[in-house]
Amino acid sequence: MSGRERILGNLKRSLGRDGLDVNAVAAVERRLASRNANLVPKRAARPHAEQVDLFIEKATALDITVARVGGLADVPGAISDYLAEHNLPSEIKMAPDPALDGVPWADRPMLKITRGRAEISDAVGVTPAFRAIAETGTLVTVSSADRPATLNFVPDDHVVVLNASQVIGTMEDMWAGLRADRGDGDMPRTVNMISGPSRTADIQLTLIKGAHGPRRLHIVLVDDGAA
Amino acid sequence: MSEPKRVGLFVTCLVDLFRPSVGFAAVRLLEAAGCEVTVPSVQTCCGQPAYNSGDSADTRDIARGVVRAFRDFDYVVAPSGSCAGMIVKHYPELFRDDPAMAAEAEELAGRTHELVSFLTDVCGVTSVPGKYDGTVTYHDSCSGLRELKVKQQPRALLATVDGLDLRELPGAETCCGFGGTFCVKYADVSVEIVGRKSADIRASGADALLAGDMGCLLNMAGRLKREGSDIEVRHVAEVLAGMLNQPAIGDGQS
Amino acid sequence: MQPTSHAFKQNAKRAMVDTPLQESLRRLETGFTAARQAAADGLPEFEDLRDEARGIKNHVLEHLDLYLERFESRVTEKGGQVHWCETPRDARNAILEICRKVGARTVTKGKSMVAEEIALNPFLEENGIEPVETDLGEYIIQLADEPPSHIIGPAVHKTKDQVSDLFHEHHQKYGKTERIEEPEALVAEAREILRQKYFDADVGITGANFLIAETGSTVIVTNEGNGDLTQMLPRIHIVVASLEKIVPTLEDVSTILRVLARSATGQEMSVYTTFSTGPKRPEDLDGPDEFHVVLLDNGRSEMLGTELQELLRCIRCGACMNHCPVYHAVGGHTYGWVYPGPIGAALDPHLIGLEEARHLPNASTFCGRCEEVCPMRIPLPKIMRHWREQAFEHHVSPSPERFAIRLWAAIAKRPMLYHLGTRIAMAVLGRLGRRRGRFASLPLAGGWTGGRDLPAPEGRTFQAMWAARGGRTGR
Repeated sequence: MSGRERILGNLKRSLGRDGLDVNAVAAVERRLASRNANLVPKRAARPHAEQVDLFIEKATALDITVARVGGLADVPGAISDYLAEHNLPSEIKMAPDPALDGVPWADRPMLKITRGRAEISDAVGVTPAFRAIAETGTLVTVSSADRPATLNFVPDDHVVVLNASQVIGTMEDMWAGLRADRGDGDMPRTVNMISGPSRTADIQLTLIKGAHGPRRLHIVLVDDGAA
Repeated sequence: MSEPKRVGLFVTCLVDLFRPSVGFAAVRLLEAAGCEVTVPSVQTCCGQPAYNSGDSADTRDIARGVVRAFRDFDYVVAPSGSCAGMIVKHYPELFRDDPAMAAEAEELAGRTHELVSFLTDVCGVTSVPGKYDGTVTYHDSCSGLRELKVKQQPRALLATVDGLDLRELPGAETCCGFGGTFCVKYADVSVEIVGRKSADIRASGADALLAGDMGCLLNMAGRLKREGSDIEVRHVAEVLAGMLNQPAIGDGQS
Repeated sequence: MQPTSHAFKQNAKRAMVDTPLQESLRRLETGFTAARQAAADGLPEFEDLRDEARGIKNHVLEHLDLYLERFESRVTEKGGQVHWCETPRDARNAILEICRKVGARTVTKGKSMVAEEIALNPFLEENGIEPVETDLGEYIIQLADEPPSHIIGPAVHKTKDQVSDLFHEHHQKYGKTERIEEPEALVAEAREILRQKYFDADVGITGANFLIAETGSTVIVTNEGNGDLTQMLPRIHIVVASLEKIVPTLEDVSTILRVLARSATGQEMSVYTTFSTGPKRPEDLDGPDEFHVVLLDNGRSEMLGTELQELLRCIRCGACMNHCPVYHAVGGHTYGWVYPGPIGAALDPHLIGLEEARHLPNASTFCGRCEEVCPMRIPLPKIMRHWREQAFEHHVSPSPERFAIRLWAAIAKRPMLYHLGTRIAMAVLGRLGRRRGRFASLPLAGGWTGGRDLPAPEGRTFQAMWAARGGRTGR
């Protein structure tokens, strides 16, 4: 008998279940099929414009910096400003995502942009987001051919270009959006929920930013008319 | 006036043996609240030492005795959150496999109360006989606090004591390290924990420490006295009842 | 690791005079308790969410076999593989086999308590594979060659001076010859050294906070981002997880996440919550080529349907130890095995045997604070009491203790004997102690009087005085 069979056998025995228990199977199927949220806190139940404000408030409290801009045209300038502010070279590694193609990068010819997955030498990663969760100030990214997850973790600085319309209330709203986009059960390889820059408190419970992941997390929040 | 509440006082073994004054204070408070107090003479101990040592057979025997002794009262009241908690929360569990006894235990649990919360929550007491000139601090004993939710009741009544100034104890909800048999089985650890508690008590700046459980009081008084502190340690009932003639716990007759 | 739980008392003695440890424990007590309280107060639904979370896990446990089967089929659909391991040895071998297939020389590791439970690191070393811990706390204790002392802060017992010394000693080979002291600089140095290791490793091993049946995803929750780098950069990602980590749906995991970080560190969310589903897709630019889930039973399937079942709700947040007066006094190493504090006191006897672990469920004041703060509402004191009952029944408890308890019980069962005995005893003690009001030492009470006085009894028992006054006795 394999380990699998022995473990499952033990479980069934402990649960007092002989053979196939149709009721138990039905209960499991019901639960998996229902997309019902459990209790969801009321905090983020508010109009979208206020959800955006809540997101900014929560993200800021997590040491995420937020620059709010009027449109995609302002993104290159906002990123250049960020790089200048932190004395960073004018060089970014960017996700090869078409969502970022609409940004007029040519407006900043000094900004050197390469696209692809992150390498150890990359200092600044620029990515789009999938959603942003107002309840907790959490960014959500999903991996795909255009969105390598390494960009979220390897560079010292992570800059996220987020549309205001991508701000939603809760994790549950985010999952609903993901299922709507991809169909049930099809998870991207990686879903990252990111709530601040990397940090540790492993030395004397002293909070230090930049443990292994990005030292800084910056959001360029684009008002795309939905807010 | 309505019929007086017939209260059986579960005096607890530690009060019975170490600090009878607390028993008399409890009687005074209950009578002042209009209760008729009886102290069944067949009572001994609630059984916690055996229960917490894993001796459930002996615990059940002891619990049967308590159930029998307190059958005939409207209420059973104990000047201890720990012993009342034992009856309220643990007796019914003890007899899980004995439906008849379990029903009796449930019934007893339903009319058993810790003293101070009984006074406020059941009797509606809003004033007490006690007067006290000084600053006190209050330690929340674990069982009363967590099993019976005794928290605001003693504070509410202490606030009505003339002249008394209550200063909150930092870490009031942290265990004092008594833990029943724990205090002798793991004496070193128990002493370490009560040492931290005594530091908090001293830091409160109060002249007196009050609590609602004799076990914790003996532990904290024992530590404070060993450290040479002159902070007086008393059961909260003594102060509420204004019965302060007896030297404080661990203090000599001087 | 070789358990030292049987030596709890000696361990405790040592710990209580270890000044740096005591400093660290004070910091932990004040830091974590205040943070959790603030987080709980900051969410009106917190208590209700705890009930929901408990309900989810209870449902899972009643259907654990079915959810595991579903989880496995989802993982397989996505190109991953589940390895069912009954024992720590099975799990170690499964991991070694995967490593050997790719000729692995180094593996990076995210923090995993299950990896500690199966004693993975020494096993990999014996087999010529270098494990590199990447969680800063785990990295520190790996350098110190110590087990973790806390389930979310493995090096919480270390002061920054001790970390300075360790780095100074072990980082020389990387050309770091200066002894640095500031936490910020220490973190930066570890970051620099580990960064290259992520890229060099052949295999990355992480634990899992959750396994999701609906999607076949594994979830890790971290603050440092080390777990992510560990799992996305090497060619192989191995997840080692115990089988009770399963949760039905994405909605269910969301509910539990809301109580996890709040209970652990007081954060609303940990910085990184990462859902991994299968290996790299053909079109992906990064991610591991292989995705393995090593699923460990190690006696858990036997806990179902018993008094211990509720322990399987545990989400390893550490709140119980963060709020435990005994843990605050003696620290995690005193417990002598992988899981310290109240959860260890309830779980370890099952995993390493009651004989070895018999002190752990006894070394608790039953103050109940662990249960009060446990996000999954596990009745930890009740389970510790279960172990005390087992120990008493099977004569694992020491005989003098049993004798004393049975003697007291014998007296407590006989009111006449009780009254007679206590009256005499209290009269004697009362007379002896009247002047000072307390005893500094007393025969047979050495345990009590070692560090505190014993207040003297007043001299007469309440019941004797009550009877003498003609009070109602109901007879």
